[in-house]
This record gives sequence, structure tokens and C-alpha cells, in this order.
Amino acid sequence: MKFKKFRALLVVMASLVLTACGEVVDEESITAVGSSALQPLVEAAGEQYSAENLGKFINVQGGGSGTGLSQIAAGAVDIGNSDIFAEESDGIDASKLVDHRVAVVGITPIVTPGTGVTNVTLEELQGIFTGEITNWKELGGKDLPITVLNRSSGSGTRATFEKWVLEEGMKSIVSQEQESSGTVRQIVANTPGTISYVAFSYVNDDVEALSINGIEPTNENVNSNDWIIWSYEHMYTNGEPTGLTKDFMDYMLSDEIQDNLIGALGYIPIKDMEVERDAEGNTSPVEDPE
Amino acid sequence: MEETQSKFMQKSSKRKIEQFGRTISFICIAFIVLIVLSILYFVISKGVSTFTTDGVSVIDFLFGDIWRPGEVGENGEPLVGALPMILGSFFVTLLSALLATPFSIAAAIYMVEISPKAGKKILQPVIELLVGIPSVVYGFIGLTVVVPFIRSIFGGTGFGILSATIVLFVMILPTVTSMAVDALKSVPRHYREASLAMGGTRWQTIYKVVLRAATPGLLTAVVFGMARAFGEALAVQMVIGNAAMVPTDLITPASTLTSILTMSMGNTVMGTLENNVLWSLATILLVMALFFNILTRWIGKKGAMK
Repeated sequence: MKFKKFRALLVVMASLVLTACGEVVDEESITAVGSSALQPLVEAAGEQYSAENLGKFINVQGGGSGTGLSQIAAGAVDIGNSDIFAEESDGIDASKLVDHRVAVVGITPIVTPGTGVTNVTLEELQGIFTGEITNWKELGGKDLPITVLNRSSGSGTRATFEKWVLEEGMKSIVSQEQESSGTVRQIVANTPGTISYVAFSYVNDDVEALSINGIEPTNENVNSNDWIIWSYEHMYTNGEPTGLTKDFMDYMLSDEIQDNLIGALGYIPIKDMEVERDAEGNTSPVEDPE
Repeated sequence: MEETQSKFMQKSSKRKIEQFGRTISFICIAFIVLIVLSILYFVISKGVSTFTTDGVSVIDFLFGDIWRPGEVGENGEPLVGALPMILGSFFVTLLSALLATPFSIAAAIYMVEISPKAGKKILQPVIELLVGIPSVVYGFIGLTVVVPFIRSIFGGTGFGILSATIVLFVMILPTVTSMAVDALKSVPRHYREASLAMGGTRWQTIYKVVLRAATPGLLTAVVFGMARAFGEALAVQMVIGNAAMVPTDLITPASTLTSILTMSMGNTVMGTLENNVLWSLATILLVMALFFNILTRWIGKKGAMK
């Protein structure tokens, strides 16, 4: 008796599962994995895309730039998101990967309000992050020890920051590390004398962004390369994209996304850039500005 | 005649159902064992490749105190000393267990021996509630309450082993307490009655008889709490500061195996040294988990009152 009930239940459940699959036609999905800095943009764009194209789904997962690069190199996903060039990453065969730069992110040092310092030189910033300068009073601020807070080693934000701030051979001091920009901002906001760095979009009233050599961290200064701490947001495909992947990449670079969504989410549109960079960090002016 | 015989020779339907159930349970168990074995194999084989593929010596890994994966030292060897994390893990584990044990045992004694009614009505639900709170919530409270509190008392940044110990103390308290309660409850009633009949006071009964008889169970409870503290990642990561330095005191930032592991995993590329060495950290965690497991079994066997 009990068995019969059980069997009946199974039948009902199986039929539910089957009907759930049967109704949608022409369903297609791709997966993008990687950089947590790029994730919100791709997610938002993916949702918009799905709303406009029924039955097409863009699955977006985080996991970090390293995950994005290794997964796309292994061919396990359709798109690998990364904050850094594939060429910069060890253990990745970049020759097969096709780079799509969808946006630019500016990164700025942030400090707890009340240190008395709002502008530093690049040399002073180097001094802070290599541990030579340990008190804000050395920079004309209050007598308050400097606490350095880094992102975890290997994070795209940290890689970009150290690439453009520290010079060849300089080593950052062993310091506190945090995994996410949100946590970094919260700790900087609450711990007197702390310095760290986040993408522009994470700066709010709780923290103070520092100017470097008198240049303020603004989108315009990134566009002109006066503010040098910035990086591309890359979406890598394994070989030239086809099908849905290609459609979605075109969509990411369309005016609809570049003009609206990117600015709204705090990224910088790629077409506003007046300069171009390659994986070695060489900068050249963009050849045909609009 | 033959018909009757075959009827007895055949399996009855009840027997068949029983066999069917047994097969299913066996398959499930075999599946679980298989999963455990494959996890063990996967983690250990990955973890060992730091030493086999990348040629890091085990001594350098276990006792090196500089953790800069991706960089090489002056002698050309990769800087992957895990000592700061190993020490950090052990410190937070031992300290939080030390702090939690007296509280847990006292609470358990109260719940079992002194006031079972209040224990069941008030303490039990409270403890069950504590178990149900997700670790990220503990971490967040630690970050917004404990860390500033430590900072205001001791100065510095507030991040460090002390903050992690306090957060872990609250997290393992319910585990240890509920297991200690079970241990005390399993002490046979006639032990207590005998003690009381011989003129022992309640305190003497608790102290000399109940606690003694429950010692293996209590130790198991503490070891379980330690295992939980050792493996906790998220909450610790939020309050310890994650600085890969050998801890010199309790209020400077330190790190644990789990905190470095969760922070770095997504940023490394599979198959590189940076990734392999994280698997080596995971192997240490796994070995420690096994060790805790064996320890509880050993305590259960050895410590029983004869």
C-alpha cells in the first residue's frame, strides 16, 4: 500500500519535471566566469539581454580573475572575465584567447577621513605601501600611525594598483588583506589611519579618495591618462566568438550598454578613452577619436 | 508437494523488500565512502604537487615564515612558508576552546543537574538559535562590534587573534554546550543516586561523580568545538586581518589557513604554484580534521570510567 503511494508520487514528480522542460523552445545559454569587479556589469547587461532576447540566457559567475582566465583557457566556459591581461598571468596560454575590452576601471587610494592628508606624491604613496612611511605626520597630517590594508594577493585590483604605483623591484609590506572591495571600504571607513585602494565606483562619503601629485581621481583624468592607475575589464573568449557568445559580446560593446549601463554602474566606457594600453603597459593615443 | 516445497524455497515478498532496502542503503553508503575517498585523493594529490611538481621542500613549506606566493626569495626558492597561517590557526583554535570550555560545561551542568526545567525551556532554544546563525553574520557582528571594541581598549587596528578568538568562542559555544549536555545526560541515574545515598552533597555529586563519569564525552565535545573553530573560514577572515605574519601578540593582524585559502583561491590559476600551494594548505586542514576525528574516537575508548 505504502509502496503504491510512493510510486504514484514518483510518477507525479517525474511528470512535473518533464513538463517543465518541454514548453520552452529554442533555449540557449552561455556562461561567463571570473572577475568579481566586472561581475555586476556583465550580470546587469546579461539580464537586459535576456529581457530583449527571449530564451537566451547569460549565466554570470564570480570566482576571481584567475578563475576566469583558467576556465576560459581550458575551454570550460564561454567567456572568461578578467581585470588583467591574460599575458600577465602565469600558466595561461594567451595565444588562443581573444580579448574583448568592454570597460575601464579607475582605481584610487582611499583613506579614513581625518588623517589630514588629501594629496600625496607618487613617491609618498610608494613609501606608504612599501612600509617606509609609517605615520601620517610624515606627510604633514596628524600624528597617527598608518595602517596599510591590501587586497588579497592575485586580486586584479591589487595587481593593477601595484603595477602602476610600485616600481620594478619594490615589494609591498606584509599587511592586512581583505578579499572584497566592499569589506575594504568598510574597514577603511571605520579604522582610523587606514589606507587602501578601491575602484572608483566603491568610493563614497565614508572614505576619502587621495589625489596623487595634485591630480584628482576622476573619469576625465583616466580618459586622458593623467590618472595612471586604471585597468581594462577584459572579457576573453577562446578563439573568435560565435553564435550567442558573439551576439552578446556585440551587445556589450553596443552604444546601448556603453552609453547607459556602464556609466550608471561606475565603470568608464571604453570609447571615451583617449589612450590605449597594451599588456606591457605601453600607452599610445587612440588613433581615431570620435 | 512440490508446489509447497517451492513455496518455502522461494523468497517471500517481505524478504524481497528487505533485501531491496538493504541494497539501497548499501549503495548509499558506498556512494558516501566513494565521495569521501575521492575528495581525499583530489585534495592530497593536488596538495602534494607543490612538493613534487614545483619542488618546494616540505620543511620550507611547514616552517618557512614568509608567505609571498608568486615571488622567489634570494636563494631562488618560492616564498611559500605556511608557518604564519599554521600558527594562527592553532592559536585561535586553542584560545577559543579554552575560553568556551568553562562556559559550556557550566551551562551544561546547569541545564542537566541544577535546573533541567529552565534549561529545557530557555537555554536549549537559545543555544539552538546560536547554532542556526550563519557564520557570515557572526563575522559581520565581529567586524562592526568586536573589532572596534578591541581597538578602543588595546589600540592598534582591532584586527587580530583576540578578535577572532572572541568570535569563534561564540560560534563554538553552542556546539560544545549541546554535546556536553548529551555527555552529562548519558551518566546513569544510579551513579548520582549512589553518591547522594552515601551522603554526598549535590556539588560533590556533580564534581566527583557526574563530571568524572562524563569526562570522555566532555573532552569529545571540546575537540568537536576545536574542529569547528579550526575549519571556520568566513567569520575569522573578516576579523583576523589576514596578514600572513607570524603572530607576535594577540592584537596585531594575523591569518589562518582557512582565511588565506578563501581569500586567494579565486585569484590563482589552476596548475600554477600559487594554486598548488593553496591545495597544500587544504591538505593540512584535511589532515587536521582527520586528526580531530581520530582524537575523539581515541578519547571515547580510553577515557571511559572503569
